[in-house]
Amino acid sequence: MVYLTRSEHFNAAHKLYNPAWSYEKNEEVFGKCANENWHGHNYELLVTVKGTPSPDTGFVFDVKRLSDIIKEYVIEVVDHRNLNIDVAFMQDKMCSTENLAIQIWKQLVPHLPAGVQLHCIKLYETPRIYVEYFGE
Amino acid sequence: MNKKVAVFRREHFNAAHRLSNPEWDDATNEKVFGKCALPHYHGHNYELEIKVVGKPNRETGYVMDLKELGDLVKREIHSRFDHKNLNLDTKEFKKLNPTAENIVVVIYKLLRPHIDKKLKMQVRLYETPRNFVEYPVR
Repeated sequence: MVYLTRSEHFNAAHKLYNPAWSYEKNEEVFGKCANENWHGHNYELLVTVKGTPSPDTGFVFDVKRLSDIIKEYVIEVVDHRNLNIDVAFMQDKMCSTENLAIQIWKQLVPHLPAGVQLHCIKLYETPRIYVEYFGE
Repeated sequence: MNKKVAVFRREHFNAAHRLSNPEWDDATNEKVFGKCALPHYHGHNYELEIKVVGKPNRETGYVMDLKELGDLVKREIHSRFDHKNLNLDTKEFKKLNPTAENIVVVIYKLLRPHIDKKLKMQVRLYETPRNFVEYPVR
């Protein structure tokens, strides 16, 4: 079993705001991240798949195809967008990095061929903050 | 012998923005600024490097106390721009397109009055790990 990772990146605006709470409670819990006019990040996305290298190609998966899948189903949808407003798969969800990683996993799984398993979504919100999701 | 030394302080802030020229129509803005003109904003992790050049002080050995420089950046820059929408939440970019070029000039002008005139100063601003600007140019 070999793990193969492709790194991609996108920029987006978002805010952390729970509409069921008062403005004050949102400020208390989310601090500056609740700013009503949004803020934004340079997100770095690392997608890891696992499998056995093909005897014919030596590849777990053609990494160019992996990149194309990530670009089509994730990057094109989120890049230079407002995650709260513009991104269908984040509607009615809290726009945290945790939830974004889970939704990215869900976007990618249906497009991977048999024999290639998604292993991890690692998503950096800043160079100092990242989450990992293993589909559990 | 030239005893000047350059010292650097690195800081960072996150902000939303969009690029557009209000005198142009949507089609022209989209043609020139591409995805950066999308109406609901996008955002960046801005990395800021402040360079200060001078001779180390005889008594302290410092060109400038870097803790003080860090505090200055937090007071003048973070308080204005961190976790803000540059277009909507700041007076500096109400009428100025918040390109990296314009942001770096604004940051320089906000900091310069607070730093000893004898010291030269330069600001480098990373909009992404791959796009960055510097001001002033020497």
